[in-house]
Amino acid sequence: MTLMQVIFLANALVTIFAALMMVTSRKLIHAALWLVLCLFGVAAVFGMLEASFITIVQIIVYIGAIAILILFAVMLTQNAVDDSYKGNRRWLMTGLVALLALGGTLLALFTWPKVASLSTALTTAQLDIGLIGQALVDPQGYVIPFEVSSLLLIAALIGAIYVGMERKGEEK
Amino acid sequence: MIPLSWFLILSAILFIIGLFAVITRKNSIAILLGIELMLNAANINIITFWRYLYAPSGNLDGIILALMVFVVAAAETAVGLGLILSVYRRRKTVVADDLDTLKG
Repeated sequence: MTLMQVIFLANALVTIFAALMMVTSRKLIHAALWLVLCLFGVAAVFGMLEASFITIVQIIVYIGAIAILILFAVMLTQNAVDDSYKGNRRWLMTGLVALLALGGTLLALFTWPKVASLSTALTTAQLDIGLIGQALVDPQGYVIPFEVSSLLLIAALIGAIYVGMERKGEEK
Repeated sequence: MIPLSWFLILSAILFIIGLFAVITRKNSIAILLGIELMLNAANINIITFWRYLYAPSGNLDGIILALMVFVVAAAETAVGLGLILSVYRRRKTVVADDLDTLKG
C-alpha cells in the first residue's frame, strides 16, 4: 500500500464520518459545520485526482459561498424545530433502503467487466489552468455551455432577489 | 497508485448518505444540505472518470462538466434558500411536512 493510498483512505474516513455526523446531528448549525468538513474532504479528493482548478473552485464556491449562505439561513430561521430521530419512523426504513441502494451500486460496480481494466495507475496529465480558460471562450470549445451557465446564474440571481423581496401589503 | 474503484466507492457512499439526509430530515435547510452532498458525490465521479480516461489525451470535458455542476449547485442553493426564507417569513416554519398548502 503506497503513501497515496493511505492518505486517500484517511481522508475518505474523515469525509464519510463528517457526512454521517451531518446526517445525524440534531442541531442544524452543527450539521452545516459538519458539511463544511465534508466539503473539505471532497476538495482533498479532487486534489488527489490532480484537478487543482476544481479543488480551488470547490473551496471558494462551496465552502466560501454556499456553506456561508446555508449558515446564514440557519441563523435566520433560528427557532425552527430541530430534527430529532426519536420517534421518527422513517429513519429505520430509509436506512434500510439506503443500504440496499448502496449494496446494489457496489454490486454493479464490482460485476462491471471493465472495472479491472479501468483501475490503472494515474498518468501525468499536462494540464494548466490557461487551457481551461481558453477552452471556455473557444467557439470550437465550450463557449455555448459557458454562456448558458452565465444566463442561468443571472436568472437565479434575479429570481432569488424577487423571491426574497418583501412586498408591501402582502398578506401574512 | 489509487485504483479508480476506490473513488467510485467513496462517491457512492457519500451519495447514499446525502440521499438518506434528503429522505429523513424534516427541516428544509437540512434537505438542501443533503442535496449539496449528492451533487458533490456526483462531481467526484465526473472528475474521477475524466482523470483516468480522458485527461491523458488533454481532453477537458470532465473539468467543464464539473464546473457546470458547480454553477447549477450555486444557483440552486441561492434560489432554494431564498424560497425557504420567504416561506419562513410568512409561515414561521421551515419544516417540509408543515408546508402542505397545495394538498388542498
